[in-house]
Amino acid sequence: MTTTADATDFVAQLKSFEGKEAGGPERGADPVNQPMIRHWVEAIGDDNPVYVDADAAANSVHGQIVPPPVMLQAWVMRGVRPRPTDGGNPRDELMNLLDSAGFTSVVATNCEQEYHRYLHLGDHLSTSTIIEAVSDEKATGLGVGHFVTTRVEYRTEDGELVGTMRFRILKFKPGTGRGATQDGDGSKPRPKRPRPALTQDNAFWFAGAKEHRLLIQRCTQCQELRHPPRPVCAKCRSYEWDAVEAGGRGTVYSYVVNHYPQVPAFDYPLPIGLIELDEGTRLVANLVGVDAADVRVGMPVEVEWIEHDPDLTLPAFHPVRSERPRAGQPDEGWPGPQRAEQ
Amino acid sequence: MSERNELRDAAAVVGIGATEFSKESGRSELRLACEAVEAAIADASLEPSQIDGMVTYTADTNPEIEIARNLGIGELSFFSRIHHGGGAACGTVQQAVLAVNAGVADYVVCYRAFNERSGRRFGAGVQDQRLRVLGVADHDRPPVTTADQAHFSWYAPFGLLTPAQWVAMFATRYMHEYGATSEDFGRVAVADRKHAATNPKAWFYGKPITLDEHQASRWIVEPLHLLDCCQESDGAQALVVTSLERARDLPNPPAVIRSAAQGAGEDQDMMTSYYRERITGLPEMGLVARQLWNTTGLGPDDMQTAIIYDHFTPLVFPQLEEFGFCARGEAKDFVRDGTIELGGKLPINTHGGQLGEAYIHGMNGIAEGVRQVRGTSVNQVDGVEHVLVTAGTMVPTSAVVLGVDR
Ligand SMILES: [Zn+2]
Repeated sequence: MTTTADATDFVAQLKSFEGKEAGGPERGADPVNQPMIRHWVEAIGDDNPVYVDADAAANSVHGQIVPPPVMLQAWVMRGVRPRPTDGGNPRDELMNLLDSAGFTSVVATNCEQEYHRYLHLGDHLSTSTIIEAVSDEKATGLGVGHFVTTRVEYRTEDGELVGTMRFRILKFKPGTGRGATQDGDGSKPRPKRPRPALTQDNAFWFAGAKEHRLLIQRCTQCQELRHPPRPVCAKCRSYEWDAVEAGGRGTVYSYVVNHYPQVPAFDYPLPIGLIELDEGTRLVANLVGVDAADVRVGMPVEVEWIEHDPDLTLPAFHPVRSERPRAGQPDEGWPGPQRAEQ
Repeated sequence: MSERNELRDAAAVVGIGATEFSKESGRSELRLACEAVEAAIADASLEPSQIDGMVTYTADTNPEIEIARNLGIGELSFFSRIHHGGGAACGTVQQAVLAVNAGVADYVVCYRAFNERSGRRFGAGVQDQRLRVLGVADHDRPPVTTADQAHFSWYAPFGLLTPAQWVAMFATRYMHEYGATSEDFGRVAVADRKHAATNPKAWFYGKPITLDEHQASRWIVEPLHLLDCCQESDGAQALVVTSLERARDLPNPPAVIRSAAQGAGEDQDMMTSYYRERITGLPEMGLVARQLWNTTGLGPDDMQTAIIYDHFTPLVFPQLEEFGFCARGEAKDFVRDGTIELGGKLPINTHGGQLGEAYIHGMNGIAEGVRQVRGTSVNQVDGVEHVLVTAGTMVPTSAVVLGVDR
């Protein structure tokens, strides 16, 4: 068992790699060329003529053939059977250090590319790689590990920086994961929440939610507000309506705390409120930032927005902690939902 | 609500039949339906060929024509299905009364059959296969969305997925406004299980519970404990209805349908009527109560016993209030001191209810009402003249008053 001092020492050792050049510069085997572009776009199924048709390219904003920007990495790849590196470079040293401490498994977690300009046929790229960051020990769904971020710079022969790539891997101890249902870096994504079934009567509300706008349907004839949305005003029978944006504050009119059954898309115990908005309408939404045992009928709450997945943003309500923060800005004292890092 | 209602004493239940109630029937739902229907017809001392009308729930998977073909019922001149889950229970009886009273059918069978425990469990919530039907489980949205499906859009994405969860929202508010407690709700469970304990047909035969056990049972969804929730069951129940005139020619004493009524309230939702000015009552059941009391001239004091729909204990309270057994908010006091247990002023769910006997979507409760009128219940109440039987709550619903023929 490692002592705290050992652990601190180990992390300091890892951190000492930050900023180091990961290995010698690497030069692409071939300059940017038409055959490789053609193979790539055919494999991907991208039929933009600017990549392969000289005439079309000449008439485009580029004035000449350009490769798809995301091919960036392809121009310096080492090939199917790369010759082994001679070892002894900082990247290998870092990996060996992690291996020796039991972080023997590896998974790529993120890749971001930045393009400074379009490449042209004949550009011949080289890379230099910097070890940008090594994280503290993190508990992830896959296991306990360290994230290693490298920054790769792509330059032409005359030294012009044409692209940058950040590549993050997780080196982790196999068998130390929390299981597949957890959120968190590197783990399997949790199942998505049930989708709303959209109709021409309700779709506007979910579209508003995506923009972090809490909408209430309004009859344009008698101004009556209504929720859930429906096609006709029960008060004056007008079919004409628009929507107003709610202020986002209300009270808990009623609530439940779900324990069973446990559906993988949700965390339990799961408090859900029937919120009465200051505008007078009610809606069902999740209660966050409050211990389930502390929820009370009548509790003042205000909205926040949770992007559950790229397709689903929903309002949730947390207790009002202090004076109203600026619109759309979480209160300073408000920690917000603890979702990503655990 | 119409002022004219000619259903009073027009018809009677003359046969009841059921399968055993279990957690795994081991048989198809269609077979369960056939067994129960056949048993009900036999109990009425009729032949299948005499049946000319059939009614069930839209939630039932067994078409009347399949049962008719299987049992040699032959021609049907009346068939109808009622929507809204357990709210349909007494509505099927009302359909039968309407049919025999209008002369479009002479003998109508009402039935409900399912493998609700071993097959598709309602308690699993609106997800998986149910949601695929509803169009909200798959990541691909259905090309066409119905209003029925869209309804769940306001609940499922937030995790409010099951009947228990929908009901719990109501219960929390009821507790807040009236000071009712989980223990108060528990008295309903204790009464049901006490009655089930002496009913050999009940799943929980011989297994009464105490209030402490109720309180100690795990949370399903606060404020509901496990023992506030009805069972999930496999089984089938059927009834035969005919005109009172014909009923008098049959061997069983008729269980006279003094009246039957349906009700959907203002701003009614399926399980989630959360947007009414107040959510502590059941206006749809109030509408049913007004019709029944107006039609029959009877009132709560004329009921010697009652079958109060009990999928979840908290909703027994507003039913007692809507029917006038006690004032609004006072059900918690009404159920104290054994009032609703055998020997009390209003024993309820003498078969054990859906918490104790079985969850057959309210249909088994109507059969118990018939037994109380016949005087054949295993937990017979003395001097029964009238029994109130109610159907599912938080949905458009129904109820009947059954009575002794005079
Ligand atoms: Zn209007």
